[in-house]
Amino acid sequence: MSRQATPSYDQLVFELSSPGRIGYSLPACDVPVADARAFLPASALRAEAPALPEVSEFDVVRHYSRLSRLNYGLDTHFYPLGSCTMKYNPKLNEDMARLPGFGRLHPLTPESAAQGALGLMHALAQALAEIAGMDAVSLQPAAGAQGELAGILMIRAYHLANREKRTKVLVPNSAHGTNPASTAIAGYEVVEVKSTANGEVDVEDLARHLDTEVAAFMITVPNTLGMFEPRIVEMTELCHAKGVQVYMDGANLNAILGITRPGDLGFDVCHFNLHKTFTTPHGGGGPGAGPVGVKAHLEPFLPVPVVTRQGERYGLDWRRPKSIGKLQAFWGNFGMLVRAYTYLRTMGADGLRAVSENAVLNANYILKRLEPHYAAAAPGPCMHECVVSARRQKKLGVSAMDIAKRLLDLGFYAPSTYFPLIVEEALMIEPTETESKQTLDAFCDAMIRIAREAEENPSVILEAPVTTPVRRLDQTKAAREPKLRWSRAER
Amino acid sequence: MLDVIGAGSIDDLLVGVPAKARLAQPLALAPALAESDLVRHLRELAAQDADADSYACFLGGGSYDHYVPSPINHLISRGEFFTAYTPYQPEASQGTLRTIFEYQTMMAELAGMDVANASIYDGGSSLAEGALMAHAVTSRPEIVLAGGVHPLHRRVVATYCAGPGLRLRDVASPDGVLDLDAAGKLVGGKTAAFVVQSPNFYGCLEDVRAAAEIAHAAGALLVVSADPVNLGVLEAPGRLGADIYVGEGQGLGVPMSYGGPNLGVFAAKQDLVRRMPGRLVGATVDVDGERGFVLTLQTREQHIRRAKATSNICTNVALCALMATIYLSLLGKQGLVKVGELSAAKAHYAAERLTAIPGVSLRFRVPFFKEFVLALPKPPERVAARLVKDRILAGVPLKSFDRRLKDCLLVAVTEQRTREEIDRLATALAKAVGA
Amino acid sequence: MGSVPSDLMYTKEHEWAKTEGDRVRVGITAYAQEQLGDVVFVELPKVGATVIQHKGFGVVESVKAVSDLFAPLSGTVVEVNAELPNAPEVVNQDPYGRGWMILIAPSDPAQRANLLTAALYEAFIAEGGH
Repeated sequence: MSRQATPSYDQLVFELSSPGRIGYSLPACDVPVADARAFLPASALRAEAPALPEVSEFDVVRHYSRLSRLNYGLDTHFYPLGSCTMKYNPKLNEDMARLPGFGRLHPLTPESAAQGALGLMHALAQALAEIAGMDAVSLQPAAGAQGELAGILMIRAYHLANREKRTKVLVPNSAHGTNPASTAIAGYEVVEVKSTANGEVDVEDLARHLDTEVAAFMITVPNTLGMFEPRIVEMTELCHAKGVQVYMDGANLNAILGITRPGDLGFDVCHFNLHKTFTTPHGGGGPGAGPVGVKAHLEPFLPVPVVTRQGERYGLDWRRPKSIGKLQAFWGNFGMLVRAYTYLRTMGADGLRAVSENAVLNANYILKRLEPHYAAAAPGPCMHECVVSARRQKKLGVSAMDIAKRLLDLGFYAPSTYFPLIVEEALMIEPTETESKQTLDAFCDAMIRIAREAEENPSVILEAPVTTPVRRLDQTKAAREPKLRWSRAER
Repeated sequence: MLDVIGAGSIDDLLVGVPAKARLAQPLALAPALAESDLVRHLRELAAQDADADSYACFLGGGSYDHYVPSPINHLISRGEFFTAYTPYQPEASQGTLRTIFEYQTMMAELAGMDVANASIYDGGSSLAEGALMAHAVTSRPEIVLAGGVHPLHRRVVATYCAGPGLRLRDVASPDGVLDLDAAGKLVGGKTAAFVVQSPNFYGCLEDVRAAAEIAHAAGALLVVSADPVNLGVLEAPGRLGADIYVGEGQGLGVPMSYGGPNLGVFAAKQDLVRRMPGRLVGATVDVDGERGFVLTLQTREQHIRRAKATSNICTNVALCALMATIYLSLLGKQGLVKVGELSAAKAHYAAERLTAIPGVSLRFRVPFFKEFVLALPKPPERVAARLVKDRILAGVPLKSFDRRLKDCLLVAVTEQRTREEIDRLATALAKAVGA
Repeated sequence: MGSVPSDLMYTKEHEWAKTEGDRVRVGITAYAQEQLGDVVFVELPKVGATVIQHKGFGVVESVKAVSDLFAPLSGTVVEVNAELPNAPEVVNQDPYGRGWMILIAPSDPAQRANLLTAALYEAFIAEGGH
């Protein structure tokens, strides 16, 4: 068993604090106001300065640099999280987002003085509409979950405008958790539709549930097992026959760019995850951006304001009486929109098609190489991601979680585990198109090695990880005795 | 690779896609550009915008030009931070988890609350989540909002409350602050949350303690929205009676970036922690007894609780929270106080100089912090447009937010505005209103 | 896991019910706590609350899952286990004893007919417990 030679860094910034140290450089007050507090009621003032750290700038730089090295990131490690599309984040995106005319632009700048930003947003919305086969796009939602909420609320508004009171939304039992959660916030009852043994939607079960109480059917295509859903057109037609709107969760769009489009498959609305398909960085958990695209009949309900163009002038249109309202205060995660636009202009149509083809190729390569060693969740071919089950290994006492921990020791971030819920001991692997064959082979070699270790020497898996900054963590203790902030006494 | 897979071509792998839905033509997209051409194109676009590097920015209204110290950009651009994702494998994500734990600590401290989460998208959605949480806790159907709550935040609340069918009621603020008598009449047994923002959208300071008394007397929760940058100088909402604290944290080192991404801050009292939306990082130990950090209380969240989750939020704004953490580490105990003092001092100097212009007056005669509303003798949109030519972003005309304030301009002054810029604004404004 | 206590009645949602005079004590079974994993939190109703047979009366949380608790009988809650908020692990350690959750005054004795005997419950979980 190998162990780290040097103990890993274990400080929090509060523990570096030394009274009187400063890390800032602020100008002296250049206006003749001695003390602004004189203008403020005493009851509104803080009696004591907040207990923030007192550290030097160099303390800060060294501390966060050392903390960063406790992370595996995509820049340093293969990061095959399923349905997260961890593809290379181009550095050009970062430079462009930081152009002063974008990064230093206040949202309430008069529109005539923000034509560059508005023009970029307009162009991006049009490009996304083309990619998805939709008629209109709102760039406002801040993440996929907000895109879902916007989409379901627009469907709700549509039915209400038609004087129809529908109370349910159908969601496959393989769906990502945000689907039922967003639906519940929109005020609907969530009804689960069964999946077949292959992980596809059970179309007969769907048909049984379709009636005039149902507002929408929400589905991810390809689905969360990485399979296309061969009867999707039939499903959208069945839904429309009962006046049910169909929503596509666009998390897996990376599989179908330039190959097919949600709009052409019969979807009424879809969202995009710019931090997945369109390379905006994942940031340790965000920010993302979740634009939503709609067919013409839902366009009146789009969030407000809508970016419009009249001749050569771009503007924000607030005259949208049927709008569902707002998801966030301003116009969208503009910084991420710049990055996505930069990516689209780097790739062009042919480039995007190649993205999906290579994403599909890479996932199938992994599936094939792992086939002798891990049970596939569904018969191949898959699309841009594959799901394998560790049920064979579980019989030997090695779970999907154990395999994930061992992968960390072998230098890989683990795939998603225990999702989708309908697959036992699931490992959901999405390599993306930006990984080379060498990397895919190294990952497969590691997974095959672990399969062998499960048979010959499982303790090395069960002890893992041993090379990471910390070893397995006590989740129970964290939940039973939540310690959610630092305190001096507990250090 | 195709040989290994056993396919003849990539098309063989796409066999699941129905033929009639396959695209026959390439997508109709703008052509790809080589990097240097693309840079030129984007620079041309960006050059059309009146940004705060080239213009003196007196715009506020929920986004502020506070100084962003230089180390922040370098540190958050380290690939291990900005290319990682949700810390589902905590052993390989201790960098992210520790910085979130630091962030939670700092936000709870600023807010005077027990627990802060890892972030919501922005101040508006954070407020909306607060309203939904108050409804879940009290089972009551109404949200009462003070008139000074940011109008765009209020719109987000309305959107989120549509599904559950919650009713929004507004308390008038004709003199720039909450009418306490009117509030007392509206807040009652049906109120889940009474929402107050301080300083409010007009920059005015509200009597949060009085609002707390009204809320609690009716058994409602008090939700306070406050800009965290101000909380070095201004009292913590938790000590004024807030049960839930929300705010727009963009001023803590996050670029304005035309309104996003921003930073939704969310904190609450201890007894509400299991009803909180968003991610929470907690401290624990590993099998060797070493300190470690994990996502905890996850059963509240959508990936486990699904339809009954406290929120649908998954991806949040972790990198923006990291910017704020580094900002607060650099500014520290003394620096954040100074930022607040400088902003307030300069704002009061600006108000004095601007109201010395004949025809220009303060619309509300109540204490303000770093933002104030001017009544102008000429239409504010035209005045603002004229001043753009002088490379000044003078303020936000308020007509589109409230028709009764159609002659008004909202002016914000941060520590970034020099005396020279303020004097230049005064000169230009005097000319523009024909004084 | 040994066999379930024979002097209790059971539900298909894995709660047990123990008659104590005119009161009924309620908890979750050993099978349930094993499925859940380490219990981290239990949300229980207040004394005086009404519970309805087969309807939810609370929630039990582990690190990775959360389950509704369903009342085996209708009635009024007369006592709540005060130990559980501070020591939820007791549910894992002693599910039929110290891990009890609520004590109810049942309103309809005939409802007992809807419950499973120990033998029926054992057979139920042998078949998969769904």
